[in-house]
Amino acid sequence: MRAFTTLVRRELSGYYVSLTGYLTIAAIQFLVGLSFLLLLEALNGKPWDMPFTEAFYNNGLFFLILLLGTPVVTMRTFAQEKFSGTYETLMTAPVSDTGVVLAKFLGALIFFLSTWLPVVAYPLILRRYSVDLAELDWGALGGTLIGLLLFGGLYTAIGCCASSLTRSQIIAAMNTFALGLGLFLASFLTHIVPLQPGWQTDVFSHISLIDHMKDFSRGIIDSRQVVFYLSLTVFFLFLTTKSVESRRWR
Amino acid sequence: MLAESPQIRNTSCPIRGANQSMPETEPTDETPMIEVRGLTKRFKRRTAVEDLSFTVGRGQVVGFLGPNGAGKTTTMRMLSCYMPATSGTARIGGYNVYTNPDEVRRMIGYMPESNPLYTDMRVREYLKYRARLKGLGVRSSRDRVDHVTEVCGLTDVSSKLIGHLSKGFRQRVGLADALVHDPGLLILDEPTIGLDPHQIRTVRKLIRELGKTHTVLVSSHILSEIEMTCDHVIIIHQGKILKNDTVEGLRHKMSAERHVVAEICGSRKELLDWLEHSAEILHFDVQPANEDYLHCTLTPAEGLEDLRPLVFQTAHEHGWQLRELTRTRHSLEDIFLKVTRREEEDGF
Repeated sequence: MRAFTTLVRRELSGYYVSLTGYLTIAAIQFLVGLSFLLLLEALNGKPWDMPFTEAFYNNGLFFLILLLGTPVVTMRTFAQEKFSGTYETLMTAPVSDTGVVLAKFLGALIFFLSTWLPVVAYPLILRRYSVDLAELDWGALGGTLIGLLLFGGLYTAIGCCASSLTRSQIIAAMNTFALGLGLFLASFLTHIVPLQPGWQTDVFSHISLIDHMKDFSRGIIDSRQVVFYLSLTVFFLFLTTKSVESRRWR
Repeated sequence: MLAESPQIRNTSCPIRGANQSMPETEPTDETPMIEVRGLTKRFKRRTAVEDLSFTVGRGQVVGFLGPNGAGKTTTMRMLSCYMPATSGTARIGGYNVYTNPDEVRRMIGYMPESNPLYTDMRVREYLKYRARLKGLGVRSSRDRVDHVTEVCGLTDVSSKLIGHLSKGFRQRVGLADALVHDPGLLILDEPTIGLDPHQIRTVRKLIRELGKTHTVLVSSHILSEIEMTCDHVIIIHQGKILKNDTVEGLRHKMSAERHVVAEICGSRKELLDWLEHSAEILHFDVQPANEDYLHCTLTPAEGLEDLRPLVFQTAHEHGWQLRELTRTRHSLEDIFLKVTRREEEDGF
């Protein structure tokens, strides 16, 4: 446990001490701020009937951040250590493979979520300056944050997996982006394939990230979706562990 | 009364030890530090290490010598639990590297080849991180970091970024990292590679110092280095052990022929006359050297240990001047070349 917390702290210090860490934070903040600006534009002088969180996540910038941000955050996790050779000193310390994978995942996830932290201020700003939104929908806000956690977890796990497969950070980032984009584009299958009752529609609606996020931002938390994201996250972390272990049998 | 005698109390100890989940016998001070039996590592197409067996006792400083690609790094990686062997067993301090990797890792201080470090960390910060990672508590890690910083001469640079350090200092940081959890065994893979002669000397000195209190396994392809730092040498070539002996013993065994080199100034005719008729000299070779001196290489006859007193005596009697009189000793370098070349000749 001591080794685990040490590893997580090392991961976090790696992010917060480096220039790339702050560039990532700045870029994500820029996009989040832009998203907020678009929301204010939409709110300006018009009657409003949906939770503002839904509008906030519907403009597409959320997925842009998710798709671009996670590769940049996770690309260094394993690839950098493999490239510089510190992987060997790390793996010959008395730590387990699973411990290393979980610590790196947790470090990356905490950093990624921390870049979103200022988002918490936006509802408070709205509440202070808006007449319509004086009543804050805590359910919708909570649902949104849970959605962010689940999406972030899945994409971070994908990123860790891609990073553990290569020595090059750029290849890791590109693989993460390609996989993540593929998963995201699967959401559009429901729109492309003509809707007809049958198992296809059922499957497509269960893997539609956009629809899921819409639900979360309305404050609807469907246990099926939670299980979907958690199990995929665990699956990718499992693959990462196997990839880390592969040095033993390769 | 009898029950309180120490002998009786002692007998219960092994039984208690046997009840623990340890599959092998409890390691004692008598157990060799490294015990390797039939260690083999095969990669997809080639065999890196084949049927390696050796033992390293506690407190020994052992040099692992071989040309590049001989299997040194692979063996060290197997010993440090980085990768498992294809077959064979290795025990560190009695613990099997495959079944008890955690105990083994705690017992080993390993410095990989090229000594990778986090360049974005400060020296002290890095050592503290490594100490905590290796399971030391807050207080003990602080004490150990203080200790190794002093031992490795890092006090002046302890707050510098590792990325800004010279290679010699980085090497010392690597050594300090290997030492920080007070391991019984140090495994150092090519610790002096890429250093300038001055830095090499300090690192070697450090290794020699550490050898007084630790068991050390150090690999190198530089022979003089092993000769200087180690008391035991294992020569490995193409994944197999060719020689495993003390440095002195190896030298003794390999230098069966004892040539004597003498530089003599005197009458060439007289000298040749003596050389031809002397029964003690089996073979000789005389070459002119500078300043009228003659460079003679002499091979003693069978059964004669040392020619030098005889040469001196003769020179004295004839009134020759003598400016050099040495017996050629095989350096480890010659032995190494000899041993590895023989292997290659066999192969073709």
